[in-house]
Amino acid sequence: MHVRLGHDEKTVVSLTMDKGVKQRFHRLGSSPYFYDASARWAIWLAVPAVICIAYAVIAGLVYVPPDYQQGDVFRILYIHVPSAWLSLFGYTAMAVAGVVALVWRLKLAEIFIAAAAPVGASFTFLALVTGAIWGEPTWGTYWVWDARLTSELILLFLYLGVIALHRSIASPRAAGRACALLSIVGVINVPIIHYSVVWWTTLHQGATLGLTGGSNMDADMLWPLLAGALGFTCLFGWLTLWGMRVQLLWRERRSRWVMKRIAHG
Amino acid sequence: MTRTRRRRLLLVTCLLVGLSGACALMLTAFKQDMLYFHEPSAIAAGNVPINTRFRVGGLVATGSVERPGNGLSVHFAISDCHATVPVRYRGTLPDLFREGQGVIAYGKLDGRGAFVADRILAKHDSTYMSPDTARALNAGTSDACMPANMQASR
Repeated sequence: MHVRLGHDEKTVVSLTMDKGVKQRFHRLGSSPYFYDASARWAIWLAVPAVICIAYAVIAGLVYVPPDYQQGDVFRILYIHVPSAWLSLFGYTAMAVAGVVALVWRLKLAEIFIAAAAPVGASFTFLALVTGAIWGEPTWGTYWVWDARLTSELILLFLYLGVIALHRSIASPRAAGRACALLSIVGVINVPIIHYSVVWWTTLHQGATLGLTGGSNMDADMLWPLLAGALGFTCLFGWLTLWGMRVQLLWRERRSRWVMKRIAHG
Repeated sequence: MTRTRRRRLLLVTCLLVGLSGACALMLTAFKQDMLYFHEPSAIAAGNVPINTRFRVGGLVATGSVERPGNGLSVHFAISDCHATVPVRYRGTLPDLFREGQGVIAYGKLDGRGAFVADRILAKHDSTYMSPDTARALNAGTSDACMPANMQASR
């Protein structure tokens, strides 16, 4: 006898699969589930962050040869470059979350923006400060108003703007939407920062590494830098995840699940 | 995707496209002011407002550095592939200053074709290598041509 899967059965199969994916997605939207699960995920970000950053710093300070022109001064690159990358990555991630928050009204996307902004601002600040420390002995100045430095400073102000906006609006939903909008508007600055050294003459040098082109860096010097970038990315994720848990607790401080978890430690 | 979501997505997309367009127009309009320095060939072509203070950037021409007098004065030439500007400067130089190195001078033309600078900044390139690699490649003894990363795209 010839058995064929009926049209109805097929629909049922596809519906249950769809339901499985959807359920997982909806479960993520459940605050207590996210709060408990994120505590378990954090370790998978924390351990690689610590290992990679420790390797990058030790290798960068001890094992990497000095630069042919700049000598030992260039070693600050192992902090400066990853923090600058993450300052751009963080804002781009916030803008993506902003689109999700505005279009799909996902609460976690709003919380991500609020949690990522202080972390991104810290990385931007670190990039600016290490850049100034690097600039004095190499360029001969801590600061100039060239396109790269100025646009990176504007990025810091954008981050601070998101933080201030979030704190100035009492209603969490309204604050989340306003911050989502500012994140999307401000992302225009990210390509400007990246291409500033290409479009205009700047004191800052061009990019050393490209996604398509090869690198202008010795392999001995390159690996610790890539490890540093990976470590900083994990650190960004870890700190943001922890920030999200704090935001979630505060935002739903009057709900039963928060009370229960506070009562039980 | 529901209709409301599609409408919101369209709105966000329009917002981003509009903003990008506005930014592109603004940055194009202010292109001259966004430049941190001008190249010697731009000065030769008359594209630089020469009656005011401005910055000129390029490589220190090989063999052009002279130190007349008591040592704080230095004369050299900044060049790109096509033009050269003689520079007079009195003061301290950044450590990276040397022949073949990228520099930026801030000052004014003296009316006789020379640039009188009161500030010199060194520009380092985006290449990092160990002294051994540099010796093997014979780097640091570059010609007077500007490397691509010192030029603004046109």
